[in-house]
Amino acid sequence: MGKPTGFIEFQRQERSYAPVADRLAKYDEFVIPLQQDVLQQQGARCMDCGIPFCHQGCPVNNIIPDWNDLVYKDDMRSAIEVLHSTNNFPEFTGRICPAPCEAACTLNIDDVPVTIKTIECAIVDNAWQQGWIKPQIVNHRSGKKVAVVGSGPSGLAAAQQLARAGHDVTLFEKNDRIGGLLRYGIPDFKFSKSLIDRRMSQMMAEGIEFKTNTHIGVDIPARQLLTEFDATVLTGGSEDPRDLAIEGRELDGVYFAMDFLAQSNKRVAGDEIAAAEAILATDLDVVVIGGGDTGSDCIGTSNRQGAKSVTQLEIMPMPPEKENKALTWPDWPNKLRTSSSQEEGCERMWSVATKRFKGKNGKLAGVDCIKVEWKQDVNGQWQMSEIAGTEFELKADRVFIAMGFVHPVHQGMLEELGLVQDNRGNISAGTDNYQTSVDRVFAAGDMRRGQSLVVWAIREGRQAARAVDEFLMGHSNLPR
Amino acid sequence: MYQGSLPPRQGLYDPKNEHDSCGVGFVADIKGRKSHRIIEQGLEILRNLTHRGAVGADKLAGDGAGILMQLPDTFLRSACAEIDITLPAKGSYGVAMVFLPPHKETAASCVETLEAFVLQEDQELLGWRDVPVDNTGLGHTVLPTEPVIRQLFIAKGDNCKDQNAFERKLFVIRKQVENSIANAGMPVGDAFYIASMSSRTLLYKGMLLANQVGSYYKDLDDTSMESSLALVHQRFSTNTFPTWDLAQPFRMIAHNGEINTVRGNVNWMAARRHTMASEVFGDDLEKIWPLIDGNQSDSACFDNALELLVLGGYSMSHAMMMLIPEAWSGNPLMDDKRRAFYEYHAALMEPWDGPAAVAFTDGRQIGATLDRNGLRPARYLITDDDLVLMASEMGVLDIPEEKIVKKWRLQPGKMFLIDLEQGRIIDDEELKSGLSNADPYQEWLDKSQLEVEKLNTDISPMEPDTETLLDRQQAFGYTQEDIKFLLTPMAITGQEATGSMGADNPPAVLSSRAKPLANFFQQNFAQVTNPPIDPIREEIVMSLVSLVGPRPNLLGLHEAGTHMRLEVSQPVLSNADLEAIRHIEDASDGAFRTVTLDICYAATAGANGMQQAIEDLCKKAEESVNDGNNILILSDRNVDADNVAIPALLATSAVHHHLIRSGLRTSSGLVVETGAALEVHHFATLAGYGAEAINPYLAIETLHSMTPEQLDGLEFKEANKRYIKALGKGLKKVMSKMGISTYQSYCGAQIFDAVGLSSDFVEKYFTGTTSTIEGVGLEAIARSAVDWHENAFGNREIYRRHLDAGGDYAFRLRGESHIWTPDTIAKLQHATRANDASSFSEFSRLIDEQSEDLKTLRGLFEIDTTGQPIPLDEVEPAKEIVKRFATGAMSYGSISYEAHSTLAIAMNRIGGKSNTGEGGEESKRFQPMKNGDSARSAIKQVASGRFGVTTEYLVNADDIQIKMAQGAKPGEGGQLPGHKVNAEIARVRHSTQGVGLISPPPHHDIYSIEDLAQLIFDLKNVNPAARISVKLVSEVGVGTVAAGVSKAHADHVTIAGYDGGTGASPLTSIKHAGSPWEIGLAETHQTLVINNLRSRISVQVDGGMRTGRDVVIGALLGADEFGFATAPLIVEGCVMMRKCHLNTCPVGVATQDPELRKRFTGKPEHVVNYFFFVAEEIRQLMAQMGYRKFDEMIGQMDRLNMRKAIDHWKAEGLDYSRLLQKPEAASPEDIYNTTAQDHGLDKVIDNTLIAQAQPALNNGECVNIEIDIHNYNRSFGTMLSGQVAQKYGMQGLPDDCIHIHAKGTSGQSLGAFLARGVTLELSGEGNDYVGKGLSGGRIIIYPPADSPIVAEENIIVGNTVMYGAIEGECYFNGVAGERFAVRNSGATAVVEAVGDHGCEYMTGGIVVVLGSTGRNFAAGMSGGIAYVLDTEGDFESRCNMAQVELEAIPAEDDAMEALEHQGGDLEIHGLVDVSHDMTRFDAIRLQQLIQQHLHYTNSNRAREILENWSEYLPRFVKIMPVEYRRALQEISMQQQTKTA
Repeated sequence: MGKPTGFIEFQRQERSYAPVADRLAKYDEFVIPLQQDVLQQQGARCMDCGIPFCHQGCPVNNIIPDWNDLVYKDDMRSAIEVLHSTNNFPEFTGRICPAPCEAACTLNIDDVPVTIKTIECAIVDNAWQQGWIKPQIVNHRSGKKVAVVGSGPSGLAAAQQLARAGHDVTLFEKNDRIGGLLRYGIPDFKFSKSLIDRRMSQMMAEGIEFKTNTHIGVDIPARQLLTEFDATVLTGGSEDPRDLAIEGRELDGVYFAMDFLAQSNKRVAGDEIAAAEAILATDLDVVVIGGGDTGSDCIGTSNRQGAKSVTQLEIMPMPPEKENKALTWPDWPNKLRTSSSQEEGCERMWSVATKRFKGKNGKLAGVDCIKVEWKQDVNGQWQMSEIAGTEFELKADRVFIAMGFVHPVHQGMLEELGLVQDNRGNISAGTDNYQTSVDRVFAAGDMRRGQSLVVWAIREGRQAARAVDEFLMGHSNLPR
Repeated sequence: MYQGSLPPRQGLYDPKNEHDSCGVGFVADIKGRKSHRIIEQGLEILRNLTHRGAVGADKLAGDGAGILMQLPDTFLRSACAEIDITLPAKGSYGVAMVFLPPHKETAASCVETLEAFVLQEDQELLGWRDVPVDNTGLGHTVLPTEPVIRQLFIAKGDNCKDQNAFERKLFVIRKQVENSIANAGMPVGDAFYIASMSSRTLLYKGMLLANQVGSYYKDLDDTSMESSLALVHQRFSTNTFPTWDLAQPFRMIAHNGEINTVRGNVNWMAARRHTMASEVFGDDLEKIWPLIDGNQSDSACFDNALELLVLGGYSMSHAMMMLIPEAWSGNPLMDDKRRAFYEYHAALMEPWDGPAAVAFTDGRQIGATLDRNGLRPARYLITDDDLVLMASEMGVLDIPEEKIVKKWRLQPGKMFLIDLEQGRIIDDEELKSGLSNADPYQEWLDKSQLEVEKLNTDISPMEPDTETLLDRQQAFGYTQEDIKFLLTPMAITGQEATGSMGADNPPAVLSSRAKPLANFFQQNFAQVTNPPIDPIREEIVMSLVSLVGPRPNLLGLHEAGTHMRLEVSQPVLSNADLEAIRHIEDASDGAFRTVTLDICYAATAGANGMQQAIEDLCKKAEESVNDGNNILILSDRNVDADNVAIPALLATSAVHHHLIRSGLRTSSGLVVETGAALEVHHFATLAGYGAEAINPYLAIETLHSMTPEQLDGLEFKEANKRYIKALGKGLKKVMSKMGISTYQSYCGAQIFDAVGLSSDFVEKYFTGTTSTIEGVGLEAIARSAVDWHENAFGNREIYRRHLDAGGDYAFRLRGESHIWTPDTIAKLQHATRANDASSFSEFSRLIDEQSEDLKTLRGLFEIDTTGQPIPLDEVEPAKEIVKRFATGAMSYGSISYEAHSTLAIAMNRIGGKSNTGEGGEESKRFQPMKNGDSARSAIKQVASGRFGVTTEYLVNADDIQIKMAQGAKPGEGGQLPGHKVNAEIARVRHSTQGVGLISPPPHHDIYSIEDLAQLIFDLKNVNPAARISVKLVSEVGVGTVAAGVSKAHADHVTIAGYDGGTGASPLTSIKHAGSPWEIGLAETHQTLVINNLRSRISVQVDGGMRTGRDVVIGALLGADEFGFATAPLIVEGCVMMRKCHLNTCPVGVATQDPELRKRFTGKPEHVVNYFFFVAEEIRQLMAQMGYRKFDEMIGQMDRLNMRKAIDHWKAEGLDYSRLLQKPEAASPEDIYNTTAQDHGLDKVIDNTLIAQAQPALNNGECVNIEIDIHNYNRSFGTMLSGQVAQKYGMQGLPDDCIHIHAKGTSGQSLGAFLARGVTLELSGEGNDYVGKGLSGGRIIIYPPADSPIVAEENIIVGNTVMYGAIEGECYFNGVAGERFAVRNSGATAVVEAVGDHGCEYMTGGIVVVLGSTGRNFAAGMSGGIAYVLDTEGDFESRCNMAQVELEAIPAEDDAMEALEHQGGDLEIHGLVDVSHDMTRFDAIRLQQLIQQHLHYTNSNRAREILENWSEYLPRFVKIMPVEYRRALQEISMQQQTKTA
């Protein structure tokens, strides 16, 4: 450990943001990195705990104390080695991970965790800058062919690991560009798409073949993969959005969040969008239904497009501003969080249910809402009930439904393959062998576990790669 | 059962673990005049030493006693005449004292064998005499074992030219008889034993109480039985089985102590067989093998060795100097010739190391010697009519004071000898300089001795190969943690790193990962029967010198100086050293020839190939030695992709034992060149199994690759040096925790328990090591080696660029598994904070279910619930069960006040017990709090530092726990760093703020089991209502120690697992010392039951107790009570940071930083919740098993099974059957604690004192008491003081309120814990432990007025006086023994000279020595001051200057100022304040104290000094601890700024 008393001497210091006015004017990332000396001090705050709760709190089990110490000692080169040993894409997680590691940090018992995510991001950004990250080209090939379907974080991680184990990997993507939700779900101001392109070049050099615009189950029958490849890994994500089947749902102006966000990202990437299909919030009153990260992304995008007002509805009650550490730490706590997009301007409402969409001439004009309350029943289950007399109406030209995803899209590939599903509609496969009910077919990421974090997707991709390698070769030298 | 028979090995009980200890003494007429009076006096000594022995369940059964005398010719002649045996001239016949089995036929065949060998050796049989005995006093358990005792008379044959030759012949006969009868075998329970067989001495002994010897043997009554010497011995053994042959004396010695290295010594003796030749024995030498029966006691083995040397031609004193040498290495005070003597003999004989007072005689001379540490007491006196009396304590013979001309003691390493033929005493100096000058030892050394460090060699060491470094590191199982936690700190700081909290990973055998073979060996350590040594503060006795290469002929008295020898100053070889040895042939003119044996074999042979590879290696080793090579280097340098190494430890031990078996071991040296040795434990195991020197080339190469960047800029040379230094220090620590001082005797001594290795494997390759639970064999060990090889040279992605994560020291997901994980901690904290039972059961499930991932031995247990279950509500309620719970000993100091008092409050709420730990307790906590809670800890711990152990503290206890050892670091002391000692802690510990505190490794008042009995007695006297508990740590043999503890009258014993927590401990100790509690507890319970000692003691177990299942398994294995430490600490908020030693605990638990303490959030109710959750789980299991009462469950080990179904590659071989063997008990009730110990308090003399002191105790009216005392009046004044403290607290009574005038020789512990207001004035002398724990009282001792001795030249008090004194005053008109005022916290003493180690670890108070001191004065002294009158000007050479400075005493200017302070009155006689500013006013303080001394004792020395004050003052030296001065200055600055 670098400095036993670092956590007492140095205050927590996070990356800062550019001023709201500046950042609303463009779609660029607006996080300002820390200076190297400050970063080292932040590394020194790590106590190298006998039990590093962060290490287990992190889904990819980043060996956080080790690289914190290396950063403190200014050994950035070793730091990237250690970081890459558990995480294929730290520049992804260093930007968009909610950082359960920091929630689990021992210093978070007093609300001042080590700035783990900042340090992670700095390590990898610096390593790219220095040119230390190079393709790792294997010197012997197994001769086995593996198909990976879906190029989100899980598919990318699986593909890279499998390639490094010597297999011939083909990665199929239905969209025109790789990245899945990373590419089209997360706005550029939070995550620059060049990061994906840079990794893609590395992976191409490592021998991975990318096939975009190839929708398995549509363009190519899924069965064909089974005959052409020794193994197939399904990492298609959980893309079936949860809908709100209420009166007025058909009105023009009510959209799924993902339709709005994907289009915006394409626009930022320079694609032409036909005017008839354009979904814009400019000068409009926007209501976002759903209080999660996707909701926030809709807010940030709407504000950048110049929305007149943005209101966000959440059906759950407002969480406490401060969690009860005694009962939550080191777990991820339910507490009031304000995202940078929310900070940029929006009204947030809790315990609100949406009753109906109201429109004029087929166009959305407003939303009827009602306050609800939550009570535990005799079995301890939380039950919701509407509070009579609290009805109200919101003016709205655009509604973005950001209520999450129920499960993977069943039509097409999954139906064709006839995979057994779990009771939530995800593909059934275990976390030891990641095998589905169909021989030689594996599943990982959101497609298997349901909607989740990018970091979970990377974890599953890595683990599934090891499982596939073990399946193909009888044993595996890949780390889990 | 019969005479020689301990019960056979059963369950975990093994008779070879038996310990004993004792009182020893002799009386002799210097002029050699024989009389019956001497024998009577010998018996009288025995009677007065009775309290040093023990009685078992059978009150009439002692542990054995005996008397050795000169052959009483007159008596024997007349006795023989009666049975028609005519004896030849004195000196021409010998007597065998024979114990025959009672079965007539067996006896007859023994007689036949004996007679046959006498005749075969051409000696003459004269006849047998039945020895008349009176067995009416023998106990019921002893009677059935009584042998038939007969004497055989043998006349000298013509083939013996003189009496010496005859003695040798008798020895040769005896050896052949013993071996022949042993080989023939005895019917079960029978035994045969020859007590003595000599023409010079005769031995009467038996399974007797000390006072029974005289009445049992009627011969001893006969007034014609005369001798000029009588050597007596009284035994205190840990068992209760009558064994006649284990009684002492033996044929030549009586030993008080223990030989720690006996396993190695016996092996080395056996290994000499083929190199030994003797002119005097000639061909007879071949007949005596095996020379030493390894199944005897250590003392008996030692006796055998001494006998061989003496009969082989050495004088008795010469032989004793070889066996128990003084500390010669690095001793600047020893003269060169004597050092040469010892150094020369080091090659001949490795020390028999351990605490020892040995009295010895061959019938012509009698003498005694003490080990280098002086760890056993031996006092002697000489009278004006030439009588010498030596004994463990004084007062054992009633000798009028006016006849005594000298009272002295045996000093560490010293010997004294009475030559009865010359009729004079030969003192140590004359004796040893005589022997040292007898031969030109230095010359011989110069001629024959090579030192590795000085060898010239032009061969340079191999260059490091960085290309393959990572691969090779992986091939030897290096982990990232090895580098980070072990190697780096050693290289940077020169010492091993410290860690905290316990070990919560699986033992090596349960780990699913490959582990070094060394991890299967747990270090043994000394507890109770034997003290560990402080390798830092008492470094003067330690030595790492190792001799490499063949040993000279032990009996080659005339071959001296011809044998070449090779010495290394320490056993860790640098690469250059190794090359020097490899190429030594030229440098030594061919005297040495080194061969390097490759211990690698073809990787293609795989794990299965290893067995053959070892066989080939052993064969090759044997051939190499037979070919004339005399140094073998076992090397694994050849490891590469194609070659895999046999684990170096396995190769070393296999070769070592193979060479022993083939009798070649002493013909060759054994050096190991290995990549596998990195941390201290690796070196310790290699040494313990025979490596004379070790070269860790890969660790060195690793350092090379890390310098300078990763080692704080250190250059390689320096890093290498520091690493080797750290290893040396670490080895000393490992040796010292077993009480072993020298590497030479540690080498091959096998001081380890094997945990998880199969007996077959151990017996084959690690012969003689104990293994209790079986486990893996060669196959699994080989598999680990191959697995690592695969990591290194295979294709494993994860190891391509990184070492394995390790995860032993800190949790890592890819590393070793732990019990405490983020999940288990979170679950436990959430459950207890929310009082949520379902979270708790999730926690328990995570801990208990280990089916896939084994972590503890108990994980493999299955609780048998096949019986009839009962409804839950019929089971004893939880509120009763929680009373059996205690929290662990964690001191206020190691943890914060908040954390400490929260535990106490919680335990008091539930009726359980919390433990103070070693750090005292503030007296305000003794009073209930306003809300009805109490923060008083029910258990008061007494540890070796005795911090805060006041009389008041002790009387406020329900239990008093003597901490013999701590799970995380058994056999070691502790250290509280200065930054943790804040003002409050300093106050509670009676020390100084900011000054670090040291707890010594041993209790300096417990060097043996009888000493422990004494401390128990002391504490019981202070607080008769409290249970006295002894805390032990699990290791093989702990059950035997526990039996001894029960016999020493402890009410309670704790068996702690090795995995217990700690605030700070070297990493080696956390991981590698001690065993899991399951083993120790089962052995303890079995041994106690077999000995019928279980019902009188309560057994507690602790070390990693977490869930109800843990408790139930503990109960079934035999525990009444349960200790929990880490779990409740986690409930309070601990998150296993393992940073306790850094004071940076971020949750306010283990820190004294005021800011961090604010972060503490624990609440007593959380702790209460926890214990009730555990109790409820217990109830559920009890219901399932059908137990209503907890007591019914205790010791029912047959309700446990071992889970067989588990698929685990290592666990398969485990076998718990010995653990689960249920011992037979006398009655079903006798397997748990049902009765109380009889402490005999009704008989103590303090009852009289208390009666007479009633006016003072009740009304504060002062009283004077006059009383006579004797050596059997022990702990005098202690019970009285307890009553004072009970009523008046620490402040006690007004000064001198109870004044006791005593006369005589006091027993041990005079004035122990003497309270303020009590004055003890003794005319006579004291024994050991005077003023122990002095708590404000005053002790004055001076010789009686009629004594002719010169007080300042004679001893007046024994060893370890004022140990742990808190405050008060002592004035001793005479000399004190060793370790005066050790750990004094604040008392004042004036004494006229002291022995070695004076003022060691002192933290406060004032000591004035008006004369000389022994060596190592002020070692570890961190506070208080001492003044020594240094008349010869050589004090500095005897002072340990590590922590103190010496200064002159400034003259009078200060004094003037002080005079004003004192109002000018120098004549105050009472408690005066002489300590208000210890940095100044020295002259006045000193003068005042000497005046007091004069006043109280009428000391001539004091008078002389005061009368010539100006002359004497400049000759005083002030000893000032550096830290202490700094702290005092800081405090005074703080006060000044405050007032300013």
